[in-house]
Amino acid sequence: MEYEMVIGLEVHAELSTKSKIYCSCATRFGGDVNTQTCPICVGMPGTLPVLNKKVVEYAVKAGLATNCSIAEYSKQDRKNYFYPDQPKAYQISQNDLPLCESGYIDIEVEGRAKRIGITRIHIEDDAGKLMHDEDDAGSLVDYNRCGVPLIEIVTEPDVRSAQEARAFMESLKAILQYIDVSDCKMQEGSLRVDVNLSVRPKGEQRFGTRTEMKNLGSFRSMVRAIEGEAARQIEVLNNGGTIIQETRRWDEQQGLSYSMRSKGEAHDYRFFPDPDLMPIVVDKKWKDELKNSLPELPEARKKRYIDQFAIPGYDASIITGSKALADFFEEAAVISKNAKAVSNLIMGELLRLLKEKGMETDEIPFPAEYLAKLVFLMDRGVISGTIAKKVFEKMFYTGKDPKIIVKEEGLEVISDEKALLEVVMEVIRKNPQLVRDYRGGKDKVFGFLMGQAMKESGGKANPQIIKGILKEKLGEVDNS
Amino acid sequence: MEIHKLTVREMRGLIKDKKVSAVELTQAMFDRIAEIDWKINSYITLLKDEALMRAREVQERIDKGKAKSALSAVPMAVKDNICTRGIKTTCASKMLENFVPPYDATVVKKLYLEDSVLLGKLNMDEFAMGSSTENSYLKITRNPWDLERVSGGSSGGDAAAVAAGLTGFALGSDTGGSIRQSAAFCGVVGIKPTYGAVSRFGLVAFASSLDQIGAVARDVTDCALVLNTITGYDSMDSTSAKVEYPDYTGALINDVRGIKVGIPKEYIGQGTNPEVKKAVLDAVEILRRLGAECEEFSLPMTEYAIPAYYIISSAEASSNFARYDGIRYGYRAENYSNLLDLYKKTRSEGFGTEVKRRIILGTYFLSEGYYDAYYKKALKVRTLIRKDFDDAFKKYDVVLGPTTPTTAFKIGEKRDNPLKMYLGDTYTVSANIAGLPALSIPCGFDSNNLPIGLQLIGRHFDEKTLLRVSYAFEQNTGFHKIKTGVRA
Repeated sequence: MEYEMVIGLEVHAELSTKSKIYCSCATRFGGDVNTQTCPICVGMPGTLPVLNKKVVEYAVKAGLATNCSIAEYSKQDRKNYFYPDQPKAYQISQNDLPLCESGYIDIEVEGRAKRIGITRIHIEDDAGKLMHDEDDAGSLVDYNRCGVPLIEIVTEPDVRSAQEARAFMESLKAILQYIDVSDCKMQEGSLRVDVNLSVRPKGEQRFGTRTEMKNLGSFRSMVRAIEGEAARQIEVLNNGGTIIQETRRWDEQQGLSYSMRSKGEAHDYRFFPDPDLMPIVVDKKWKDELKNSLPELPEARKKRYIDQFAIPGYDASIITGSKALADFFEEAAVISKNAKAVSNLIMGELLRLLKEKGMETDEIPFPAEYLAKLVFLMDRGVISGTIAKKVFEKMFYTGKDPKIIVKEEGLEVISDEKALLEVVMEVIRKNPQLVRDYRGGKDKVFGFLMGQAMKESGGKANPQIIKGILKEKLGEVDNS
Repeated sequence: MEIHKLTVREMRGLIKDKKVSAVELTQAMFDRIAEIDWKINSYITLLKDEALMRAREVQERIDKGKAKSALSAVPMAVKDNICTRGIKTTCASKMLENFVPPYDATVVKKLYLEDSVLLGKLNMDEFAMGSSTENSYLKITRNPWDLERVSGGSSGGDAAAVAAGLTGFALGSDTGGSIRQSAAFCGVVGIKPTYGAVSRFGLVAFASSLDQIGAVARDVTDCALVLNTITGYDSMDSTSAKVEYPDYTGALINDVRGIKVGIPKEYIGQGTNPEVKKAVLDAVEILRRLGAECEEFSLPMTEYAIPAYYIISSAEASSNFARYDGIRYGYRAENYSNLLDLYKKTRSEGFGTEVKRRIILGTYFLSEGYYDAYYKKALKVRTLIRKDFDDAFKKYDVVLGPTTPTTAFKIGEKRDNPLKMYLGDTYTVSANIAGLPALSIPCGFDSNNLPIGLQLIGRHFDEKTLLRVSYAFEQNTGFHKIKTGVRA
C-alpha cells in the first residue's frame, strides 16, 4: 500500500529582544552561568512579571510577515508543571487567545508551489538549562535562559514530506531573520522544531495516529527524523500493528526514534489566565505601524532580483534565503554594476567556502565592496576569470582587498605579446603529437592546447591575445 | 506619658516639637513590646538594633531640617508576607522560615523614603491563609481585648500590635478580608484599598487577583496618612493602576449630609450575631442623624461569594505556591531519593495543613474536566458580584454592614472546622472579588466587651468617600478612643 505523511510543525524561536520577557535581564547567549538573572526571572516570592512591549511588537511582526491575523485582545496563561528549569513552576504562555492566528507561508518544492497554513503564533517564556554535574553530585541549573522571550509557531497539518518541512523551515527562518525578530541559530537553540507526524494510505481523508518528536537540533536532523519515523510507522502498520500516540526521542547518532512517554500519562498543565498580567491589546494604529515597518520579505526580494538584476530564479531563491547573503549580494551588485558576475561568484565560490569552513552567511569575512572590486578587476580585464577565483579564495581567507592581493601576487593579466609568444612556443614544444593532430585537421585539440597555454601562463594570460598567437603559430608551421 | 496610646499624628507632633526624639520614641516602643508582646505574640521578627540605628539617622535628618513627612520617625511594623531586604520574610511558614529577600516591597521602599522606622515583622496565618493566625507555623497571636481569643487573620499580628500599642501603624495584606476582619476583632481601623491602588510588588502572593496591601492604624486619619504614602502607580506591578491618586487627608471632613448609604439585607440577616447587628444598626442611626441617607437593599449574589472566593483564591494559590519546591530557597527536606521525592517531602514537611488543603483544592479546581465546573463558573460569579456592586453604586455612595458576623472567637474554637472558619469571611470577600476599597472601623462592643467592626465598601478608587464617612462616624462616636486594657 502507498502511504503519505501528514506533518504539523511546532517551532520555537527565541526573540532577539535585548531584555527578557518579564524583567530587564539581558538575553545575550553564552554568558557565565547564572549571571543574567534577577529575583523576577528566577521567580522569587513577591516578585511580579511585567511584559516587555518589544516582545509583543516582535511577535506581531512575525505574525504579519506570515500573513496571520493579529488579535486585538489576547491574554497570557500559566502552564503549570514542576521541573527545576522552571523556577516559578509554571510557564507563562498563551492558551486560548494567542496573539496571531490563521496565517500561511508559501513554499516551493521541486518547482511546485505549496501553501503551508499557520494555525497560531503565541508568546511565552523560555526555561533555564539543566546541567548535569560531572562528578555526578547531582544536577545544576543555569537560569540565564529563563525568561528569554519565545514565539511558538504552530502549523496546520499541511506538510506532506521531509522536503516540504525543510522548505517551510528555511522559509520561516529567512522571514524571521529578515524582520529581525530572531537570529534563528539552531546550534544555540534559538530556533527549535518539534515534528508531529502520522501516516495514512494515499487517498484516505482521516488522519492516522500521530507521534511527536521534540527539539530537533538541525534541519538535517529534522529531515532524517521525519523519514525515519515515517518508515517506522509504515512498517508497524504493514505488520498489522497500530501506532501509539506518544512523544518519541530522535537519536541522531543511531538514526532511530525511541518512545519517551505516551500521551495517556501526559501532563495536565492546568492552564488558567495569569492574574499578574493584564490582557494584551494591539489596536489598529499599533498594528498598522508595525505593518508599515516590515522590510521587504524574501519572496518579494527574490522576485525583484530576478527582474532588477536578471539573475536566474534558482540563484535568486538561494541568495534571498538568507537576509545577510541577500544584503551582501545586493550591495556588491549595485557597486559593481555586474549582478550576474557577483551572483556567480557567490553561488560558486562563496557558498562553497562557507560550507567548507562551517560558517554562516552572516560571517562572511570581507565586505561586499571587495567582491564588487573583484568583479570590477575582472570586467576591466585586469585579471582573468580563473584568477578571479583564486583571488576570491585568498580574499576569503585573508580578508584583504582584492586589488592588493592581485598586486602582491602579481596576478594581472599578461597582454604583452612577446611574453605570450614564449608561452605558446613552449606549449608547442611540449605537445608535438597534438600539434601534429591539429595540423592534420583535428580542430578539437585546439581547446586543449589553449588550456595548456593558459596553464603555462599561470592563468594570467589575456585569453584573447594568447588565442590569437596560438592560432597564428599553429598555422605558421602548417604553411612551412 | 503612654506613647503607645498615641496616634501617628500625635507621635509626629511630639517629634516635631522636639518633645521626644526619634530614638526615644523607638526605644519606648521596644520597651512596650518587651513588656507586652510575650502575651500577645504579634511579632515574628524584632529589629531593635536596626530600628534604633535608623531612628538615630532619621533624627539627624530631622535636626538638619529634613525628614519632614507625616510619617517621619513614626514607628511601623509590616506583616511578614511583605518582603524586606536583608530581613527575614517568613510568611509564618516553615517553608520560608529562614528566607531573606534581597529586595524590598515597593510599599516598604516608599515608607523608608518617608523616614518611617521599621520595628519588626508581624505574625499572620501561614501564607495569609486563615482568619485567626492559628495557622501560623510560629505562634498564635492573641487578642489584646481577651487573651483567650483570636486576633483575627490573617493580618492578626497587625491588628493586635496596633491595638496593644506595639507599633504606630502596620501594613497588612487583605485577600478575603484579612485586614478588615482582624481590625474588627481588635478594635482598630483597617483599610483595604482598591485593587491596583497599592503595588503588590514584594507582597508574597497568595491569590494574585485578590491580594491587596493595606493599612492598619488607630484611627481613620492615620489610615489616610499611610494611604498617602503607599498608594500610587508602580511600573513593577502590571496590575497597578495609572490613575490620579488624591491627598486622602482632604477627605477627612466631618460631614455626611447627602451621602447615600446602602445596607445589604443579606449582611444583617440570620448569619449575623444579634449584638453585632444591633451595633451596626445603631451606627446606621448615627449616620442618619448626621444627615446621611441610609436604606436597606439587596446584594443577591452574596451567598455565592464564599464559594467563588475559595475557588478562585485556592486555584491561584495552587499555582503561586508551586515555586516552593526546595530547589532555590526556603525549606528543603533531607534524605530524598530523587527529584520527585525531594518535591514531595519538601512540600509535605514545609507546608502546614491549611495551606496543603488549599493547594489540593486549587489544583483540583484547575484540573482538566473540572475547570469549567469550578474555576470558570467562579469567574462568572465574580462578574455577577461585580455587577451587583456596580448596580448598588448607581444608587449609593457607600455600602455598609458588619465587617464580621461575630466578634473574636476563642482560640481553638473553629480550628477543626475550616468551613465554619471560611464563613466568617462572608461579608469581606466580596470587596476582594470585585476589587473594591473597603474599610473597617470600631462601632461598639458586645456583652463580652469585645470590639465590633463596621465595614464600609466604596466605589473603585473612591477611598475618599469611605474615609469621609468613617471619619465623621469617628468624630461623632469615639469608639476608636477606647483602648485595650492589656497590661504586663
